[in-house]
Amino acid sequence: MTLAEGVQLVAFGILTAMTLGGALGVVLLDNIVYSAFLLGGVFTSMSGLYILLNAGFVAAAQVLVYVGAVSVLILFGIMLVNKEQPFIPMKQAWLGKAATGGVCVGLFALLTASTLNTPWAISTEVPTGEMATVAIGIHFFTDYLLPFELASMLLLIALIGAIVLARRELIPDVAPGEPASEALQLPERPRELVSSGSLPDTD
Amino acid sequence: MNQGIDLQGSFVEALVGLGVPAGAAKALWLPLPMVVILVGATVSIFVTVWLERKISAAAQQRIGPEFAGPMGTLQAAADGIKLIFKEDITPAKADPILFTLGPAIVVIPVFLSYLIVPFGQNLVITDIGVGIFLWIALSSIAPIGLLMSGYSSNNKYSLLGGLRAAAQSISYEIPMALAVLAVVLMSNSLSTIDIVNQQSGYGILGWNIWRQPAGFLIFWIAALAECERLPFDLPEAEEELVAGYQTEYTGMKFGLFYVGSYVNLVLSALIVSILYLGGWESPISVSWLASLIGVSETTPWLQVITASLGIMMTLFKAYALVFIAVLLRWTMPRIRIDQLLDFGWKFLLPVSLVNLLLTAALKLTFPMAFGG
Repeated sequence: MTLAEGVQLVAFGILTAMTLGGALGVVLLDNIVYSAFLLGGVFTSMSGLYILLNAGFVAAAQVLVYVGAVSVLILFGIMLVNKEQPFIPMKQAWLGKAATGGVCVGLFALLTASTLNTPWAISTEVPTGEMATVAIGIHFFTDYLLPFELASMLLLIALIGAIVLARRELIPDVAPGEPASEALQLPERPRELVSSGSLPDTD
Repeated sequence: MNQGIDLQGSFVEALVGLGVPAGAAKALWLPLPMVVILVGATVSIFVTVWLERKISAAAQQRIGPEFAGPMGTLQAAADGIKLIFKEDITPAKADPILFTLGPAIVVIPVFLSYLIVPFGQNLVITDIGVGIFLWIALSSIAPIGLLMSGYSSNNKYSLLGGLRAAAQSISYEIPMALAVLAVVLMSNSLSTIDIVNQQSGYGILGWNIWRQPAGFLIFWIAALAECERLPFDLPEAEEELVAGYQTEYTGMKFGLFYVGSYVNLVLSALIVSILYLGGWESPISVSWLASLIGVSETTPWLQVITASLGIMMTLFKAYALVFIAVLLRWTMPRIRIDQLLDFGWKFLLPVSLVNLLLTAALKLTFPMAFGG
């Protein structure tokens, strides 16, 4: 065994342990903040696995998208919605837990069986490695053009949705004279309405 | 194109000559560049802190540190020793695990990013294909550490500071990535070595700053915002938030934030000099001078001169940028958080998008000048 092989083996072991341990922690820990931070750890160790597979670009993209964006967004969500509710213990909660555990174990067994029984066609091609960015770019603009454009459409829709939610220009259904009902109001400070366009723009 | 000195090859050859097996010689070589870069990055903190103190003193017509060492050069070392010997306090109601982990997560990606900083044709730890993209990806990890330390301190100012830091670095990452993309478009590669090589050959005239003036400004502003330097140091605005996410930290945990911020500043300056100021290239091309006096580029003494000049040039450009950053810090007022976010999203983002489009158009029109 050469030095490189040994390093790869040890790194694979460490990364697998980190991924599995982190994922278990995400599911099993009571503290949701720990779960969110551990999720970032799981994503990071998965990018390490991509590096072991000679996919440097995918690894960096994984860190950028999943660790830098998704995890941070989840953390933002948790920290801004800091609503502390007392946990009410339920009767016969173990029934649900046992059922969930049974389903999970069954799924795991099924997946393991199918993994072991499938005759995997292992490619003999040399990994593209450094040239992966070029290969990915060519695929994006030839045979995967439609999914690529659809994904960009999806992002555009999400962007517009975010802007609409952030601006939150509500036009009241009630006539100016009658008092507005409490149920339709958002639990936030009132904003200037669009319909009252007489106010000068002060920003 | 693999000219220049091959330090690894010579080192392995020398050890093999002494009777060490080739594999062991390579294994001995592996940690050397990393240790050199780590030590270099650590020393750069001392230099930058000293510069910051001296320049701020000059800006305010003071003398600055002068008793610790000649001209106060050991002041940063004194600071460091003080931080090491301070009591390491964890607040009673803080979360001890996250509180300890936070500063480490902020610092580690910064040091890791030195992987891709080249000081010469072969003077880089690793020339990986995704080079500059790796740096962008790594710099996106820091907000997690900031959020972690802000949350775990159990202090509302810390939490606000952490949230601000994360919001700020997410907002300024996008214009920065778009500015980098324009440079990558011209050099056809994400590798930092290729980016510098694409600017070489014409001396100062070939540098990207002439082809990407808008990109240079966008990148520099965004880099300052990512480093949380003063016009943008909202996360630790002391009038509003005590010290932001650092409020509860003392001793070496605070020291890690301190180290991280200065190393990040030097790193950003190095990246700017690589992307826009020609990296290790001199203002007057050395290879052109050599061909003028009729010396071959592969002459050993010329290669030694080129390599040392390259290291000096990279550091000189980086520290000139650090000087500008320090001067900006002591002359500019801090902007408000809404101004900061407005500036990032409503000004820098559209401008960087236009810059990218313009670069693509110019590349198609003038493939000679814009790396077709």
